[in-house]
Amino acid sequence: MKTVSAEELVKTYNKGEVRALDGLSLDVAEGTVLGVLGPNGAGKTTTVRILATLLKPDSGSAHVAGIDVIKHPDKVREVIGLSGQYAAVDETLTGWDNLVMFGRLYHLGRQKSIDRANELLERFSLTESARRPIKTYSGGMRRRLDLAASLIVQPKVLFLDEPTTGLDPRGRMEMWGVIEELVTGGVTLLLTTQYLEEADQLADEIAVIDHGTVIARGTSDVLKKQVGGERLEITAENQDLTKVQEIIAQVSGSATHLDGRTVSAPVTSGSSALIQALRALDEASIHPLDIALKRPSLDDVFLSLTGHVAEETVVEPVKKKRGERK
Amino acid sequence: MKHVLSDSLVITKRQVLQLARIPELLIFSTIQPVMFVLLFRYVFGGSIATDQPGGYVQLLMPGIFVQTVAFTLASTAAGLAQDMEKGLIDRFRSLPISRGAVVIGRTFGDALLNILVLVVMAAAGFAVGWRPSSGFLSVSLGFLFLFAFGYALSWIGIYVGLVVRDARVVQNVGFLVTFPMTFLSNAFAPTTGMPRALQYVAEWNPVSSMVAACRQLFGLENEFGATASSWPSQHPLETSLLYMILLMAIFIPLSVKKYANTSS
Repeated sequence: MKTVSAEELVKTYNKGEVRALDGLSLDVAEGTVLGVLGPNGAGKTTTVRILATLLKPDSGSAHVAGIDVIKHPDKVREVIGLSGQYAAVDETLTGWDNLVMFGRLYHLGRQKSIDRANELLERFSLTESARRPIKTYSGGMRRRLDLAASLIVQPKVLFLDEPTTGLDPRGRMEMWGVIEELVTGGVTLLLTTQYLEEADQLADEIAVIDHGTVIARGTSDVLKKQVGGERLEITAENQDLTKVQEIIAQVSGSATHLDGRTVSAPVTSGSSALIQALRALDEASIHPLDIALKRPSLDDVFLSLTGHVAEETVVEPVKKKRGERK
Repeated sequence: MKHVLSDSLVITKRQVLQLARIPELLIFSTIQPVMFVLLFRYVFGGSIATDQPGGYVQLLMPGIFVQTVAFTLASTAAGLAQDMEKGLIDRFRSLPISRGAVVIGRTFGDALLNILVLVVMAAAGFAVGWRPSSGFLSVSLGFLFLFAFGYALSWIGIYVGLVVRDARVVQNVGFLVTFPMTFLSNAFAPTTGMPRALQYVAEWNPVSSMVAACRQLFGLENEFGATASSWPSQHPLETSLLYMILLMAIFIPLSVKKYANTSS
């Protein structure tokens, strides 16, 4: 029995014009982490909202901890924790006020709510700022508090909808640490993200979704294999690029790809291709700036699965160009 | 369902805490009505002729009381829409709390704020010469009416907030509804000066019934124009009560249902 399962979920908006979910199915085994990966508008949030009882699908079914989400939303709410894209806490109140309030809403009783609030503030290193209004918190602190609020009663299933979107790198690392700790504690977690490395880092299994349906799923290793083997990447000075392309084409036996000053091509015989390339470069007296043998990243996975690049992960110059075209 | 009241009170407490954390909120929600009292008393008060003993301020105060509680519609709607925008309502809806608690709690919170505002306004009115001539019980009953009217309207506010969702739009819609509603009445000027068609509208306006009811309870004569002999004009207390019951009977179930089915 899967702890979370969704079958053939369909959800449309604007009288059917926008198909947010188009027969989406997924499941999460008990105690594991499923990373739902996709660009903006792929249907990640809609999926979470349906599973967390906030939204009813047009058709399809979903179960959380064995409970039908559509028939018994009240029962589902007792066993889930939800932390959204934006900090859904009362910003004018203090962190402590918020946690105590949520405790009361979980019917913990006054003293228990207070104890639990203190415990969670301690655990998420928020004790010092407990008595300050949330609006004075940093983005990372806000997210941690939001997460704490979803853990008031130890949920069987936790939904984290883009837990690190908008955080700076430090905040993201902190958040990852917190989430990893939770996962060690055995919670079943469904996490959505548009950060490929985040899914790679935190999830046992990844479901890639695009246009409201799952287009691939598996461990990050499986997905990477699906895209192909390793890639040889060489960065060189501009004047050497043509020669480098020639050499790599020869060594790899396939077409090269040029991105800035980096030439790359898929290779089958990993390290021996690398050595061959190095020899050829040496003979041509080219000193590359950088040379690497890379396993495909999840970026590559996404590109090869969807034919378009996942948003937010595009390297800066490319992103600007896309923006200009609009 | 067994937790409706306690859950609602937790939500209400949140609003009280908000006021404690941002006292400015409290100050500005009371300054505005006090400002209205002063402006109307001294700007219009001099030029609106009345043979009312004690002068225009006696007629004005019930009008301003009703107007102020009517604005609860806008503030309830805006507060709820803001919570929806911020995702707080989503969080609440993902919790195992009873259906109506979030909206019921908010109406309680706004009602509490109204009590405070009414007290401050009464004091301000007293300072500028308002002296209700009826007895303590009648005056208290008048305030009970005002309180209940504000509460009934805040349920319309809940519905508006749930439907419109955008806090800034809600604010505008709120004003768009409450301004004509309060001015197209007998609250500030006699309806007899209006075009005849408008007189009917004004005198059937719940605000007019409320103002007339309060004037009566504070010991003043009713002043109606075109519909002076109609049953509602003759019985402003009963009419006001009926309006309140009607509003709540429509908007409480409607809002609770809308909240349950709402998703942002």
